[in-house]
Amino acid sequence: MDAAVIETFEKVEDIEIRLLLEALYVRYHYDFRNYAMGSIKRRLRQAREQLGFATISAMQERLLHDETMLPTLLGYLTVQVSEMFRDPSYFKAIRDNVVPHLRTYPSLKVWIAGCSFGEEVYSLAILFREEGLEDRTIFYATDINQDALQGAEAGVYDLDRIQLFTENHRSSGGKSSLSDYYSAGYGRVTFDRTLRDRVVFSDHSLVTDAVFGEMHLISCRNVMIYFDRPLQDRAIGLFKDSLARKGFLGIGAKENLRFSAHADDFQEFVREEKIYQKGGK
Amino acid sequence: MIRSLPRAIVIGASAGALEALSVILPALPEDFRLPIFIVVHIPPDKRSVLAELFRAKCKIRVSEVEDKEPIRPSTAYFAPPDYHVLVEKDHTLALTNEEPVLFSRPSIDVLFESAADIYGPDVVAVLLTGANHDGAKGLLLIARAGGEVIVQDPETAFAAAMPQAGLDLCPDAAVLSLQGITDYLRRVG
Repeated sequence: MDAAVIETFEKVEDIEIRLLLEALYVRYHYDFRNYAMGSIKRRLRQAREQLGFATISAMQERLLHDETMLPTLLGYLTVQVSEMFRDPSYFKAIRDNVVPHLRTYPSLKVWIAGCSFGEEVYSLAILFREEGLEDRTIFYATDINQDALQGAEAGVYDLDRIQLFTENHRSSGGKSSLSDYYSAGYGRVTFDRTLRDRVVFSDHSLVTDAVFGEMHLISCRNVMIYFDRPLQDRAIGLFKDSLARKGFLGIGAKENLRFSAHADDFQEFVREEKIYQKGGK
Repeated sequence: MIRSLPRAIVIGASAGALEALSVILPALPEDFRLPIFIVVHIPPDKRSVLAELFRAKCKIRVSEVEDKEPIRPSTAYFAPPDYHVLVEKDHTLALTNEEPVLFSRPSIDVLFESAADIYGPDVVAVLLTGANHDGAKGLLLIARAGGEVIVQDPETAFAAAMPQAGLDLCPDAAVLSLQGITDYLRRVG
């Protein structure tokens, strides 16, 4: 066979990955089929190596017949990296530019989509408390990973991360001391449970689930980078339909609505922090 | 064997990167046709100034990668601090926040591995100066996929560890000076 013919065949590993993602969807309704393939491939290779399977097909076989394999594999497939007040300038822009608009509403809904272990949930809850908006706000914190959601609800973090969280909070324009909001012990910190009085934690997939109504602010940072472009479009469409008129959408520092089919439904609000406002041009 | 023309170039560099890239990138002509993906180790908390800096010096386009950015020819793409860069099949660049590899995010290995997957033999990988071992494994994957692999001569590199680690894993890699690398790239691009 000449090179051109070989080229048209999928590599075996690519076929295996496609089949495993299909199995994961049909058997467990987790849909990673439209995730960005480079990263999925990397993480499945990692899972295969570390779990000691000879092939990705062998891993698929186990996944189909052994339910306990599901959380293990989801742990590999969903990336859980965050910190409190990550990119402090983003939170500063929320505080300085978005909050003045939010003040004009009698009640507020905020959606943290892909909340992971809750770092951003607590960051926004603290920011809203500092700005006196907490009492009129309901926060919706969603993720597809149950372990992450439980972690988010617990609000417990390793003590060695607190220094970074504290510095971030300060440079985000924090008006209080972060230590007011947690108690430390046994190498961990536990965040004040009253911070989650206004938070609803819920299992929600941007891939397969529907609109969440009338949000004033949606924060979804470094979640859509794991999606391919059609799936990004779906998620951004979902955000558009979930936002109230003139509602705000914040995305990750290196994400962009420019390449999206919905680009014209949003306006840049704070350009350098990737904060957009719903409303056509 | 006749090697087909490369479709992309990947470069990894760490300590001493700025000086090394200052020899290579500004010397590439306006009609250089290939995209170049570059990972330089940068502290995660710094806003990277690399793209701005080189934009002023280069004849080719220079940009910092944004997620799902379509790949254009004649462009040098820098990985942003705190993200890995991967090449996707649909000729876009994807960013991820996956855990650091060898303490690095961006990681040279991650970029090189995905370039090996997407381009197979049609990529040139260059491992420059650096004081750690990132990039060596990725270089091996590119060599195995049939791509061209080059290391900066450890003798003349600002920091020898990284190109030496690459050479240890890929003994057949071409060992070139910065000028040699520049001349080679000008020929293939």
